[in-house]
Amino acid sequence: MNMAIRAFLLLLLFFASSNPAYSLYEDQVGLMDWHQQYIGKVKHAVFHTQKAARKRVIVSTEENVVASLDLRHGEIFWRHVLGPNDVIDQIDVALGKYVITLSSGGSVLRAWNLPDGQMVWESTLIGSTPSKPLLLIPTNLKVDKDNLIFVYGNGFIHAVASIDGEVIWKKELASEGIDVQQLIYPDGSEIIYAVGLLGFSRFDAYQLNVKSGELLKHNNMLFPAGFSGDLSVVTDDTAVALDSTGKILVVIRFQDGKISFHQTHVSQLIEDISGAAVILPSKIPGMFTLKIDASVIFIEVINESKLKVVHKIGHANAVSDALSLPEDQQAVALIQHGDGKILLTVKLGNDWTSNLIEETIQMDRQRGLVHKVFINSYVRTDRSNGFRVLIVMEDHSLLLLQQGEIVWSREDGLASVIDVKASELSVEKDGVSVAKVEHSLFEWLKGHLLKLKGTLMIATPDDVVAIQKIRLQSSEKGKMTRDHNGFRKLLIVLTRAGKLFALHTGDGRIVWSRLLNSLRKSETCENPRGISLHQWQDPHHHALDENPSVLVFGRCGYNSDSAGVLSIVDTYTGEERNHIGPLHSIAHIIPLPFTDSMEQRLHLLVDANRHAHLYPRTAEALGIFQRELGNIFWYAAETDKGILRGYGVQKNCVLEVADDFCFDTRDLWSIVFPSESEKIAATATRSLNEVVHTQAKVTADQEVMYKYISKNLLFLATVAPKAIGPIGSVTPDESSLVVYVIDTVTGRILHRMTHHGSQGPVKAVVSENWIVYHYFNLRAHRYEMSVIEIYDQARAENKDVLKLVLGTHNLTSPITAYSRPEVFTKSQSYFFAHSVKTMAVTLTAKGITSKQVLLGTIGDQVLALDKRFLDPRRTVNPTQAEKEEGIIPLTDSLPIIPQSYVTHALKVEGLRGIATIPAKLESTTLVFAYGVDLFFTRLAPSRTYDSLTEDFSYALLLITIVALIVAIFVTWVWSEKKELQEKWR
Amino acid sequence: MGSGRRWAVEFADNSTSHSSRDILDPPGFTRASQEQDDSAVSKQKKDAEANWKAQKAWEVAQAPFKNLFMMAFMMWMAGSTVHLFSIGITFSALLQPINALRGVAKVFEPYKDNKVDLLAPKLVFIALNLVGLGLGIWKLNTLGLLPTHVSDWVSSLPPPQEVEYSGGGVPLY
Repeated sequence: MNMAIRAFLLLLLFFASSNPAYSLYEDQVGLMDWHQQYIGKVKHAVFHTQKAARKRVIVSTEENVVASLDLRHGEIFWRHVLGPNDVIDQIDVALGKYVITLSSGGSVLRAWNLPDGQMVWESTLIGSTPSKPLLLIPTNLKVDKDNLIFVYGNGFIHAVASIDGEVIWKKELASEGIDVQQLIYPDGSEIIYAVGLLGFSRFDAYQLNVKSGELLKHNNMLFPAGFSGDLSVVTDDTAVALDSTGKILVVIRFQDGKISFHQTHVSQLIEDISGAAVILPSKIPGMFTLKIDASVIFIEVINESKLKVVHKIGHANAVSDALSLPEDQQAVALIQHGDGKILLTVKLGNDWTSNLIEETIQMDRQRGLVHKVFINSYVRTDRSNGFRVLIVMEDHSLLLLQQGEIVWSREDGLASVIDVKASELSVEKDGVSVAKVEHSLFEWLKGHLLKLKGTLMIATPDDVVAIQKIRLQSSEKGKMTRDHNGFRKLLIVLTRAGKLFALHTGDGRIVWSRLLNSLRKSETCENPRGISLHQWQDPHHHALDENPSVLVFGRCGYNSDSAGVLSIVDTYTGEERNHIGPLHSIAHIIPLPFTDSMEQRLHLLVDANRHAHLYPRTAEALGIFQRELGNIFWYAAETDKGILRGYGVQKNCVLEVADDFCFDTRDLWSIVFPSESEKIAATATRSLNEVVHTQAKVTADQEVMYKYISKNLLFLATVAPKAIGPIGSVTPDESSLVVYVIDTVTGRILHRMTHHGSQGPVKAVVSENWIVYHYFNLRAHRYEMSVIEIYDQARAENKDVLKLVLGTHNLTSPITAYSRPEVFTKSQSYFFAHSVKTMAVTLTAKGITSKQVLLGTIGDQVLALDKRFLDPRRTVNPTQAEKEEGIIPLTDSLPIIPQSYVTHALKVEGLRGIATIPAKLESTTLVFAYGVDLFFTRLAPSRTYDSLTEDFSYALLLITIVALIVAIFVTWVWSEKKELQEKWR
Repeated sequence: MGSGRRWAVEFADNSTSHSSRDILDPPGFTRASQEQDDSAVSKQKKDAEANWKAQKAWEVAQAPFKNLFMMAFMMWMAGSTVHLFSIGITFSALLQPINALRGVAKVFEPYKDNKVDLLAPKLVFIALNLVGLGLGIWKLNTLGLLPTHVSDWVSSLPPPQEVEYSGGGVPLY
């Protein structure tokens, strides 16, 4: 008996303390998660439509993706994401079966199998001087039964065998400092030309033997007036350049080793021009394009050096490269913009007077201008040529046009997400029709009956399919109203193109999208780009009839002192309510913890001159701000100087124009890191909207530790300046990592710790009273993760139970950072197998649920790691009480449980960030991971303890209850009858 | 004819005093002793019953004592972690004495007697049950279910408000 009870107790203990697994079943994939694949803004496109087989287009993008798309539907056949440092320079197709990519500034050449995307070979082309990478694949040049690929990169010209990537010969051309601009291979000849400029004043032409790489001739000729830099090769022996003033066109002929210049004044060709001309890169034989003022001019080179203007269009239009047609003809596609539509014209290369095609296509205004055009032809049933064009828009989307229709479109702007904010959906309106309710009730019952069948394992395979379909396409998921659990929200996403998207969390569809006016190129704002997104108005208590809105912040230009632009966008409709700018520069955006009566959050924008500007610019906001003026501080981490400075906000600033909303700041404190041994590597702060449930941490022996919880904590890591480079560039003795925990109000260093022999990259998250960071340990040759927990010593004295019962303690009274906090820290380090791209922590509505650290791994997956593993109180042999508390025995490395991959079998290619959003249900947090791909899911770090599971069978419950009631009734009647019979006996 | 009746036996003899009798008792028969003996026997009987009741009352009063050991053993078996088994045992340890205390009068009802003093057994019974109750409460405390620690009062205390606010960071690039 004794043994049995003990065994029973042990079993209970085992179940109570066993690790909960967060994995999901196969049929749960796609229920609450979605995954979207993108490629980014297309740079190059090569069509592959010769064969009758599946027509495809090979593209390379600014996100360093090389992909093969289905030309019929725009789906991805295959896709490869190269690293962020491996920028794709050129792509082409060789032998009709390999996709050749040249990347990393002309030093890596790869061949991919066209049908399935498998890599066939890879060659590293070594050179010394960086130069413009060029790729030339002659269509019918055979050397020893092998087709050659010519690559110019890093000062060398390489001839590479297309079959295996072997370098057949190479020759240095840039030894004198010549900037080679073009490789020319006249069809069928034995010679390859390389033409370029030396120091903007000399034209050089090389002639090389294609078989051996032998330098046959090297001619050059000085041009005293100097070139402006760009060269446009018009034919196999003619190039056009502009002189340094941009007023004179120079036609350069370099046939048979003789070079000759012919100068033509631009004004002779085109009347009434004012500005300097620029040669645009184009590939139209016999022709080049010139941009003057606001127009693009096509100029043909005739009779060897005569020039003739062929066509003139506005500059905002796009032109494709020439496409060779049968019978030695060329086709060029031109796109002009109209009002809400675009005009596509295809012209013959040698006859610009007539159009092959002229089509008008309706175009969504939110896609902006056409940036790139790629043309492809097909043979119509009547044997004439038909054309399809692929266009890249201002918002980075990709569209295929054919016969005046948009065949398909891809929203590839979503591959370059900069920032994410979540927004609530609108509240459900009352008054749903009865018919709808009846219908849904019937559907509901039907669905549950099917589910019941599934539970009782009597479902046929068809039923199983139907059940899965119902689960995946639940109409609840995609509704446009708020739900009870807070799972349905809008994800407001800002992309690099300056477009704002609203994605529905239920199924990931685009609810609305808007190309922001403030982030479009204009005369006052030359190079606008989006920087960040902030919650502007989020009505919860007052002003409930107002729609929530977000603040989009951008900047005109690339310097920290360039003008800033602001936009306020309604998140329900996507309308741009207001846009301000260009205005003062913006170095810091500080959302303040105050809102006005309209629930607009107060923001402090600090410019490069350290003036603080208050937004919104209303008297009410000013009143609130001035009341709190003495308690508002800000700090700046100057990474280049290695200084952390703290500032206070003062009275109004003294400007030429009086501005009530501008405030001066004064220096309060500074921390100077020794420049010879420390350089700021990373900073991290707590998320602004994090909610903490309690300040006390209760240990197993009923003791209390008070957490030091402050919103003003800054985690800062510095590394030795030598160790800034990649891992392995320094010895362990030379490198050290120092971490600081700093109070940013007073500048007090609360904690400082040195990790000798460690180096960056450092990634960190701060939450509640703890910090988790990831770095590389050079001595152990492994990545490490450390945790710091900060506790308040001053509060630890509160031990009188009676006082606490009566509430006469001061634990919840407001505290000030100037009251000298006494803190103590606990920390511990563990080895970790992965390198980490990004880190985040789960957030829940009330902060009760335990936390998980989300790690974006190098394999582009998201791994959830329980905070329990990162607990400085872990020991090798925890006591029974500690075990009951959930402390895991200490191990030297953190376990990676395959089931805890949030992204399960999927990859979020090019992962850049992870955003966590609390749901209304306390146990659940929403996770959005973005990179080239997007991934969204729901997480329950302590499992869904506050709701029934998704597959809970209500029908079974209902049926059970009904059956029981019936049984009770039947037995009652039965017993009554029997009793009566007994009495009659 | 004056004496038709020759003899008669009077069966109905209601008198108990021998003085009123005209017939002597048979020799060897003493009426008094018999009467005396009868009353002594009944008195003895009553005494025995009272004794027995008292004894039983004491037994009942001491019954929780055995229970106490049983309970203590069960509690030791249950361990000090909170789970179904230990909670069940603890609550039964708490409920049993409480129910017993509520029904003290009922428990001692059968032993009520003028001659038996039930106060002492009752007190013992109550005391023992109180000990049992104490044991239960002590067990409850060891399980950590009594709010006697600081941790029980601060575990949901929200973090204090901060007076100052500071924001910023690395300048936006």
